[in-house]
Amino acid sequence: MTPDMRPSIALVVVIAVLVTVGVYLVLERSLSRVLIGLILTGNGVNLLFLVAGGAAGGPPIVGTTPIGRMSDPLPQAMVLTAIVITLGLTAFLLAMAYRSWQLNEHDEVQDDLEDRRVARRAAADQPSFTDADTEDADATLDDEAAAVHDETAEGRTGEVPR
Amino acid sequence: MLLLLVGHLAMALAAPALVGWLGRRAFLVLALAPASAAVWALTQTAAVLHGTASGAVPTQVVEWVPTLHLELAFRLDTLSWLMLLIVGGVGALVLVYSSAYFSASAFGLGRFGAALVAFAGSMVGLVTTDNTLMLYVFWELTTVFSYLLIGHYADRKASRRGAMQAIVVTTAGGLAMLVGMILLGRAAGTFRLSELVARPPSGPVVAVAVVLILAGAVSKSALVPLHFWLPAAMAAPTPVSAYLHAAAMVKAGIYLIARFAPGYSTLVPWQVVVLTLGSGTFLLGGYRALRQHDLKLILAFGTVSQLGLLVLLVGLGTRAAALAGLALLGAHAMFKAAMFLVVGVVDAATGTRDMRRLSGVGRELPVTALAGVLATASMIGLPPFAGYVAKEAALDAVRHDASGWRGGFLLVVVAAGSALTVAYGLRLLWGAFATKRRVIPAALAVDVTRPSLVLVWPALALAVLGLAVALVPGFGSDLLAPYANTYPVGGVGHLALWAGVTPTLAITAAVLAVGLVLFALRERVELWQADRHVSLEADRVYRRMMRRLDDVAAHVTAVTQRGSLPLYLGLVLAVFVVAAGGAAIVGTSWPTSVRAWDRPAQVVFGAVTIGAAILTARARRRLKAVILLGISGYGVAALYLVHGAPDLALTQVLAETVTLVVFVLVLRRLPPYFSDRPLAASRWVRLAVGLASGLTVAGLALVVPGARIRPPVSAGFAAEAVAYGGGTNIVNVTLVDIRAWDTLGEISVLLVAATGVASLVFLRRRTGAIFRAGEATPHGRPVWGGLPDPAGALRLHGTADAPASAMPSPAPTARPLRSAVWLRAVPTLAPHRRSVIFEVVTRLLFHTMILYSVYLLVAGHNAPGGGFAAGLVTAIALILRYLAGGRYELGEAAPVQPGLLLGGGLVLAAGVGIVGLLAGGAPLQSVIVDLHVPVVGTIHLVTSVFFDMGVYLVVVGLVLDVLRSLGAEVDRQAEAEAEAEAGPAGVPR
Repeated sequence: MTPDMRPSIALVVVIAVLVTVGVYLVLERSLSRVLIGLILTGNGVNLLFLVAGGAAGGPPIVGTTPIGRMSDPLPQAMVLTAIVITLGLTAFLLAMAYRSWQLNEHDEVQDDLEDRRVARRAAADQPSFTDADTEDADATLDDEAAAVHDETAEGRTGEVPR
Repeated sequence: MLLLLVGHLAMALAAPALVGWLGRRAFLVLALAPASAAVWALTQTAAVLHGTASGAVPTQVVEWVPTLHLELAFRLDTLSWLMLLIVGGVGALVLVYSSAYFSASAFGLGRFGAALVAFAGSMVGLVTTDNTLMLYVFWELTTVFSYLLIGHYADRKASRRGAMQAIVVTTAGGLAMLVGMILLGRAAGTFRLSELVARPPSGPVVAVAVVLILAGAVSKSALVPLHFWLPAAMAAPTPVSAYLHAAAMVKAGIYLIARFAPGYSTLVPWQVVVLTLGSGTFLLGGYRALRQHDLKLILAFGTVSQLGLLVLLVGLGTRAAALAGLALLGAHAMFKAAMFLVVGVVDAATGTRDMRRLSGVGRELPVTALAGVLATASMIGLPPFAGYVAKEAALDAVRHDASGWRGGFLLVVVAAGSALTVAYGLRLLWGAFATKRRVIPAALAVDVTRPSLVLVWPALALAVLGLAVALVPGFGSDLLAPYANTYPVGGVGHLALWAGVTPTLAITAAVLAVGLVLFALRERVELWQADRHVSLEADRVYRRMMRRLDDVAAHVTAVTQRGSLPLYLGLVLAVFVVAAGGAAIVGTSWPTSVRAWDRPAQVVFGAVTIGAAILTARARRRLKAVILLGISGYGVAALYLVHGAPDLALTQVLAETVTLVVFVLVLRRLPPYFSDRPLAASRWVRLAVGLASGLTVAGLALVVPGARIRPPVSAGFAAEAVAYGGGTNIVNVTLVDIRAWDTLGEISVLLVAATGVASLVFLRRRTGAIFRAGEATPHGRPVWGGLPDPAGALRLHGTADAPASAMPSPAPTARPLRSAVWLRAVPTLAPHRRSVIFEVVTRLLFHTMILYSVYLLVAGHNAPGGGFAAGLVTAIALILRYLAGGRYELGEAAPVQPGLLLGGGLVLAAGVGIVGLLAGGAPLQSVIVDLHVPVVGTIHLVTSVFFDMGVYLVVVGLVLDVLRSLGAEVDRQAEAEAEAEAGPAGVPR
């Protein structure tokens, strides 16, 4: 039989609110608020998976529920994975927040200084790094070749007096 | 042929170990790899010669990815045979030479040997493969290895720059070539080289493709205007120059042109490119070679020049020119490699390659000088050497086949270029070996040491070979003619030492005479060139282009990389809203009917979830936000349950609980309130982005269920779960069997996350010591104390000394902490942190919870539960012990390193996967065993239970890691800080 694929408005509203609030928090700078937002968004998306799987049903356990009336087990397996991954992510981000507090006495995500530097240099038309490939050679290949020597068996590595 | 490649690969991989073991003598062993290629080519000579005419040459095809036209196809015709001989023969000689060239203590010899052998293997593949895509792969492999070899002295700026130039130029050409090959392959419907050449497609696409392929050849063979990378690549050690930049890699472009010429040389764009670039390169290289002072640079520009001539000959499209080109290909490999090796000997013996400092070297090194003279004679085309035979054939071919102004132009170019070759060849020989009339200042003069014989004979062998093959020109003609005759037009050419008195002979005499004059006037020529120094050198143009590229990159970076996380996320979300939302509006149909709810309870739990979420966003106090987050999460768990997903509900509740605890562990170190940055202005923007995202996702939630057009994959899961997975809980069987790869990936992620947490907190080590109650320091601060504890010592031992406890101990002093307390390590706690009720409850619950988790683990296959839930229950039990008794109690509860649990879990899960493979199934397939045990009855054993145990161990390991780092270690750091602040007033440890 075809499962009932009409979405349930109650769940859709919950998803909308969770994602809205989650994104609102994710766009902040405090790492703990970002994390809270991430968890809320994750919950919302997990529910989206369930909704995508179809209407509610009985637990997908053979023998407990007749096969036609089960809820879709595949999104459930995916969401279960997502829940535990979120736990790992939470622990990791919290460890980062703690480390940030240890180093900077706050847990805010700062602007990337390196990116700022690149932008400043680009605006001033200065190179951001030294690139040997772009510099005009101050010595000819002849001069360069005369200044170096392979590490040969005879072991002469003496620099050439100029 | 595949075997040859495997042999090179094995040898390259073994090279570092071999060099470590045998020192530089290992190069003699490594030489076996290319030598085997050359020997194999020799054994195939008869088959190749007979086969090229009849089309039945040795081939080997192994299918790889048929849908992408990728196949390991190899084919050995005359051209491949010649190239294989060069690549293998010169490669072996160069490796032998290297064994004496480098000092025993030279830096990075293992890496050098590995790269050189790997390069030889790539060349073997390049010249034998019959598939254009494989050709590209080998082509780029040679580029990469040449990068490593040119940049061997990575501490020298010239080396780095030379290597970078080479890789940028040749890779750019290689990419163009790839596009050309794909275009050509699509047009012809095949990616087989032999078929592409035998039945060339036609049309404007083919013309474009051919030009692109030629671009690859031009970059690889250092033709004007991309020739500048080859002189810069002379920063490589000399053996590399001898092999890559004379015999092998730069010949790849020639090979490519010779390979495609029989099918495509009549195209107009082909003729234009080959004629202009070939003759331009031939002349420019020779001209520039006349004013270098470094011997290797003379050779480098000389090579550029000769490559131009080679392109001209093999690309011209006539049979006689092709025969001359193939002969010159072989002759050039011999004399140019020999010359590089000779220069290397001079360099090693005197310590310099600067011809202004060398004088009288020929007297000191007569054998080396002999090799140099023989090789130079071949290079400048003196009879009776291979170079002479080839150049005579070339002049002859150009004179006969090309007519009109084109023929005259070519004849002039070839003659003029040859004269330049004579001049710089003699100048090189003179510079290296002659005794100069001009006195060299004492500070610059060098003395000569006798080099090892191993250094001299490879060069001499190549030079003598150049004489030997020329003495039997008819033999060479027979060997090479079969391929030259596959060219479309022109009469059959000949190789001969003496063809009678012909106009060609006169031209040769004139060429030699002009060359001699140029050599005699060498100093004036140098000065004349110095006066006409052009500023628009290709090298400088290249640098300017690279600088422009850097500038553009910096500007693009400045525009796109603003360094602000909210901005990045906002952009990502905006793209999501526009793309997904737009697609939802335009491309799908909205559901015709919806339900208000599946079950009324959804409304209740949904309201709780929503309310808690909104309050979370409004909370300014961290703890409040986290608790509200937890409530919202529990609401979601209830929604799962209502939806008919008990496994999810169970896991969500447990995970939410652990999350809450982890949050609190960190929040106690952070300030209580979120910082009050002036974010009010951006608040509405954030809210707008949030609303847009939320509405988009809601739109997806409305559209997605109706978008289904096929029955779900999970439709058959129920039957499969019972039949193959041996369990009735479909979600669990999905996790441990049907989609077990996903789960394996997931627990790997958990392991990484746990390691990340531990390393962020412990910083230097993977993990800290395990705190055991018996090791608590009696005089230190108590755990979670805050204040110094003068009675600490008394309390740690006092409880043990009091026999009036509930459980009298037979030996109170021997086991001081076991006797009277509910939890072993609580005496380490500060007294005001203790809660007897909590301790009792923990004591009573702990084992029950562990038991329950074992039940969940075992029953999970048939009822809600499984490894994730079981692991989380165990984790919560451990959390209880930690909260009730501090870090020493945690050590008592789980005296293992979490790394052991994580690694063991992953090994167990993956190991079970292998069992499925051993039992004759797919990896991670379940094996069901029914064990008949007396008394107990039949045990239905499914191997995936062990997979679930692996999952369980990883989850426990993750939480244990978190507790030990964010809990125990943070405690310790905080206490150490407090102690440091207390200073001398604190109780000494």
